[in-house]
Amino acid sequence: MALSKEELVEYIYKLVEGAQGKKQLKAKDIEKLVLKEHPDQPKNDVKFAIKDLIDGGRCVYTYFGGSFIEIPHVEGAAKH
Amino acid sequence: MHKTPLLDQLESGPFPSFVKDLKRLAPTKPQVNDLLGQLERSYKEKITHWKHGGIVGVLGYGSGIIGRYSDLPDEFPGLEHFHTMRINQPSGWFYTSQALRELFDIWDEHGSSILNMHGATGDIIFLGTRTEELEPAFQKLTAKGWDIGGSGSAMRSPSCCCGPARCEWSCYDTMEACYQLTQEFQFDLHRPSFPYKYKLKFSGCPNDCVASVARSDMSMIGVWKDDIRIDQSAVEAYIGGELKPKGGGANVDKLDVQADVVDLCPTQCMWLEGKTLKINNKECNHCMHCINMMPQALRPGTDVGCTVLLGSHAPILEGAQMSWVIVPFMRMEEPFDELKELTANITEWWSEHGKNRERVGELIMRMGMRAFLEAVGLPPVPQSVRVPRANPFFFWHQSDFEAEAEGRKYHTTK
Ligand code: HEM
Ligand code: HEM
Ligand code: SF4
Ligand code: SF4
Repeated sequence: MALSKEELVEYIYKLVEGAQGKKQLKAKDIEKLVLKEHPDQPKNDVKFAIKDLIDGGRCVYTYFGGSFIEIPHVEGAAKH
Repeated sequence: MHKTPLLDQLESGPFPSFVKDLKRLAPTKPQVNDLLGQLERSYKEKITHWKHGGIVGVLGYGSGIIGRYSDLPDEFPGLEHFHTMRINQPSGWFYTSQALRELFDIWDEHGSSILNMHGATGDIIFLGTRTEELEPAFQKLTAKGWDIGGSGSAMRSPSCCCGPARCEWSCYDTMEACYQLTQEFQFDLHRPSFPYKYKLKFSGCPNDCVASVARSDMSMIGVWKDDIRIDQSAVEAYIGGELKPKGGGANVDKLDVQADVVDLCPTQCMWLEGKTLKINNKECNHCMHCINMMPQALRPGTDVGCTVLLGSHAPILEGAQMSWVIVPFMRMEEPFDELKELTANITEWWSEHGKNRERVGELIMRMGMRAFLEAVGLPPVPQSVRVPRANPFFFWHQSDFEAEAEGRKYHTTK
């Protein structure tokens, strides 16, 4: 069954949190993971749930040869 | 000031030197002095001292800021952070002097003052600032109506030639198309959700002044379907030498219409009958050569639109590839719905199947033009044939047998 907007945001946050340090997720990976469990979830919901997490600062976009969605952490390159 | 004997040599040549520009800034901007110092050191050691950053950005966006750090921050403290900001340029790169002053004031205050007008991406490139300056700079930019551009796995800031604003060859309004598509894809520009970058470039005619065929995943190149317009009296004036070739921009004073125009037509579709120029327009491939040589005599036709091409990219290992035709002719009128829809269909298919860092052109190479055309709903057309097939195997699909059973020769989606 499709998740409500709030549930979806938390669901995605958990996915990102669970993947942290193991696999970097792209927006499309997240969409595919959501749709595997909730095939009837509209794709647009996923887009805007990610936007919610980013706008609220709970997740950030990172770039390591490709753009990923991650939990905010300290920039490795900034340290010396 | 750091000593820079190697960099100093760059100032001695005939061309303007970035070293001279940087030295001008160095007395007031310590980070620029450090930039010169670190670059001198890299010239000596033949290695870079830059590190990538992957996280810095402004709140809400995943694009437009590129993190850069020095690996020698103790020696060059001004370069501890040296991030790039990409600013989305106006269509056709037109500015008022007031707009430029506003931009540069913001960058003087929040950055190194170094910039690049314009990058290969199209954007204005602001080079060198610290993480804590990013948000305040962004706030000031947006307050003046500016926005940052694309970077990462996102829609990149679309760019265009100046089109009808300054060029009578333009076959559609490149600046309007560029603006409209930029607005349409705001979400994808700021929030990277693609496998890799996606660039749109708009040229008004086949001269392709923004080099879209080589530099964008999707090129919209203006073209006409009817006949080249000819002013025969101007042709005569070129023959007689009263009109200068290329509007005076050629290296010769007098045009030899036979040798310089007719004989160089790649499809051999023009000829002279006395002083009258004839063109077999059916054979013309719109190369622009004749029009470029004698602009007062020849002009593109009036039944105009664009050719959409797809796939160019320049990977280091395989080498550069140019775009190839997917739609031979598309009408280009506001609100550009057909182009918006096609772009969305293509990025959707590519996002579904593309691997990380795989450009749409590479995906087509991997999965085949056939799979691509079927997925985005485009008919196969002869103009899409880039090279004759070299692979002798042909894969029959069930749909081909069905088409045959129905008495059609082969299967098409349309
Ligand atoms: C880790 C260090 C760096 C890496 C890996 C890097 C990489 C790149 C890449 C991939 C491009 C895009 C080229 C293109 O497609 O047109 C680029 C453009 C550029 N970079 Fe860097 N860069 C680095 C540091 C710097 C620094 C420190 C500066 C200036 C001080 C700089 C100045 C520029 C400029 C002016 C452009 C052209 C922008 C454009 O044409 O769009 N880069 N860089
Ligand atoms: C799964 C098993 C097989 C596969 C995938 C396979 C694949 C191929 C391929 C791709 C070619 C073309 C090579 C070329 O372009 O020159 C070929 C040719 C040929 N194969 Fe096989 N083959 C298989 C089994 C066999 C068997 C069992 C035989 C004989 C008992 C055989 C006999 C031949 C012969 C004689 C040719 C040359 C045909 C010609 O050039 O006119 N193949 N095979
Ligand atoms: S691409 Fe064509 S229309 Fe655009 S500026 Fe160049 S010559 Fe003019
Ligand atoms: S545009 Fe090119 S192909 Fe067409 S007539 Fe002129 S020279 Fe020939």
